[in-house]
Amino acid sequence: MAVASTGTVGGPRQTALSVRGLTISLPKGMERAHAVEDISFDLMRGQILCVIGESGSGKSVTANAIMGLLPKAIRVSSGAIELDGTKIVGLPADKLRDLCGRVVSMIFQDPLSALNPLMTVGAQIDEAMAAHDFGTPVSRRERVLELLTEVGLPDPKLMYHQYPFRLSGGQRQRVMIAIALALEPMILIADEPTTALDVTTQAQILKLIRDIQRRKGMSVMFITHDFGVVAQIADSVVVMEKGRVVEQGSAAKVLKSPDHPYTRRLIAAVPHLRSEDRRRLPGTDSTPLLKVDSLTKTYRIGSALLRSLRVVPAVQDVSLQLAPGRTLGVVGESGSGKSTLGRLLIKLLEADGGRILFDGTDVAPLDERRFRSLRPKIQMIFQDPFASLNPRMTVGSILTVGPIAHGMSQTLARDEAYAFLTLVGLDPGAFERYPHEFSGGQRQRIGIARALMFKPKLLIADEAVSALDVSIQAQILELLDRIQRETGVAMIFITHDLRVASQICDEIAVMQKGRIVEQGPPSQIFSNPRAAYTRELVAAIPGGQSEPRPATAVESR
Amino acid sequence: MTTLTLRSAPKRAWWRSRVVRRFLSHRLAVLGLVMITLLSLACTLGPYLLPYDSLQIDLRARFAPPLTGNHYLGADPLGRDLAARLLMAGRISLLVGFFSMLLATLVGTLVGVIAGYIGGWTNTILMRTVDGFLSFPTIFLLLALAAALKPSPIMITVIIALTSWMTVARIVATEVATLKEREFVLAGRMLGLSRFHIMFREILPNAMGPIIVAATLTVARAILLEAYISFLGFGIQPPLPSWGNMLNGAQQYLDSAPWLAIIPGVAIAIAVTSFNFIGDGMRDALDVRGEHD
Repeated sequence: MAVASTGTVGGPRQTALSVRGLTISLPKGMERAHAVEDISFDLMRGQILCVIGESGSGKSVTANAIMGLLPKAIRVSSGAIELDGTKIVGLPADKLRDLCGRVVSMIFQDPLSALNPLMTVGAQIDEAMAAHDFGTPVSRRERVLELLTEVGLPDPKLMYHQYPFRLSGGQRQRVMIAIALALEPMILIADEPTTALDVTTQAQILKLIRDIQRRKGMSVMFITHDFGVVAQIADSVVVMEKGRVVEQGSAAKVLKSPDHPYTRRLIAAVPHLRSEDRRRLPGTDSTPLLKVDSLTKTYRIGSALLRSLRVVPAVQDVSLQLAPGRTLGVVGESGSGKSTLGRLLIKLLEADGGRILFDGTDVAPLDERRFRSLRPKIQMIFQDPFASLNPRMTVGSILTVGPIAHGMSQTLARDEAYAFLTLVGLDPGAFERYPHEFSGGQRQRIGIARALMFKPKLLIADEAVSALDVSIQAQILELLDRIQRETGVAMIFITHDLRVASQICDEIAVMQKGRIVEQGPPSQIFSNPRAAYTRELVAAIPGGQSEPRPATAVESR
Repeated sequence: MTTLTLRSAPKRAWWRSRVVRRFLSHRLAVLGLVMITLLSLACTLGPYLLPYDSLQIDLRARFAPPLTGNHYLGADPLGRDLAARLLMAGRISLLVGFFSMLLATLVGTLVGVIAGYIGGWTNTILMRTVDGFLSFPTIFLLLALAAALKPSPIMITVIIALTSWMTVARIVATEVATLKEREFVLAGRMLGLSRFHIMFREILPNAMGPIIVAATLTVARAILLEAYISFLGFGIQPPLPSWGNMLNGAQQYLDSAPWLAIIPGVAIAIAVTSFNFIGDGMRDALDVRGEHD
């Protein structure tokens, strides 16, 4: 089936890349027999094709198969991949290597691990060309400077001699793009190139890819899990689920009127920006449970003796208030101090100054021994569902160890654990099992159950859904919302994703460089932002605010 | 909201678990395990099955070569049955090796966990102490201590442990320092668990892999050290037999009765290599990076 094309480039339409009946088998003993099964799609010249799917859908394996980068244990068992008219399945390695870089090249998710830390930026771009005997050292040098300018890096001459560790995440990704463009390939494969980046950087990189693609008439295969990104750049879309293509078509068609239930589910699960405020829970009083007054934390790295002392102000003069049953969102980009703030509030870190009034007591100056009796009242849900559960303990002991340490009886703790496992939507049989037997979403539910075991008054969720697939994300958000309605717990929701924050928060605090630059209800933050930085953040949201909510989307609350 | 069904993961019996499977696929390690098991069984039960006691003197059998009459491995210059002495010596040597390991591992783990978890000055002081201990030449220290103290088996065990705990401490300290950055440790603090609980109940089980490997290799080292100092005459004192002092007694008869030296020598070699093989196998089987499958 050929993709209906809404090409931006005139002239005869041709396929740049065509995949036909591709099946890639996995080694025995894996979850399923095939990484991808009988998939077919075409990438037209001068178009951007987005391949979208959740983790385990086989989208990255497909990209690696096209680049000939599959690990030895995984092989193409049938089907054809045609690059610019050349069939590449079964092509000898040296022929394939010749195509890589010249005809097709790739950019990766994590630019830091894809770049060589010991080579300068210039040398790495040069190497890509030298490997294909392109030009002379002098002409290559000129071309490198040209490329650095093209990808929008400041001061190309200086940049040429920089090492990757000196660059920011966005700049590194620009360098990767420059390397990929060095040989003017016809096809660019981008494997989640913006997932590891902050939202404002992501917006810049997406724009850069779109611009370059238009300017050069390149074809781009863009792998992502984010429908917001699809809405922003795709011409056509391939939706993958568990190794199969479930739907493909033009971006407009797939986004507006998806056919397959999985696509509809995925689109519905995308957190959309809600700019109306959340209804206040009935029967909750508005006297603040938590009152934070000019909280400050400074990291000191290195030593003053060696004159290498670096002072990093992580949290500066932060003040906020939170009433029971309400959710305060703390949003910001990496390095904004939002996670530090969360850890200060739960006293996993000690503040340098300021007051934390919790239920009327200033907990900031309390030492661990005196704070211990208050610990049960403030609990946290962690970001990484894989690292936050002790792999050597059963779910049962993970849940009960805290309450038992605070004097609850074994039997009572056990009964409570069963109750909370049910509350978070897990089978009580989970009690006897170990964390590795669960999926990411299920583990996060265990993490939530652990935080609820004490019936806390304040719950701090630190990026609690950012490691999860969108459909799981939606479920967890719904769960947190339901828990808040049932228990009246106050919540601080730390996230980098404004769309997620808009779904669950009554009030949002925007942090930048350790300070709160704006605070207010979602209606203000998203519709009428006052701070320039907030405007920048809102504008950078992929998919934009204008994207209408599809009619099929299920209202999650 | 409906309860989610759990991914079906039937509980596997321990002998079919991945660690065991990986250990069993390591041939030398299995060989080592078999050898050690046989050796331990022989040393525990053997002396009861032999016709001679290890101290019984049979003057007619002095210097009897192996397979003379009922002296399966021959007899020593006093006419004592060599097989009986070898197995009795094995008991002492293996027990000294095992308990030195136990003691060294306990001390090393304790120091390592505390240094790794608390860090800062505590870490500096403890790790510099480790460096201090490591900077002594082991053999010299052993001999000096053994000469100064009364060399009973218990004392020898303590002395060997004293020179072996540092490796374990270093391994554990680095392991714990990495583990304490994991979120589950933060979660433990959030729950208000005591430091002691976090160190020994939350972190330590996750560091067991490297500790077990280090412990196995420590047994091999301890057996060797015991043989060494006993051979030099500072270790286990006759008439109590040990593999080391059997070698000591045999050296003057190397020309006339070489089996007196060869047989305990082989026993030491088997025990030490077997433990080393087991250690290698454990290292592969417990490779922590392959934890999730």
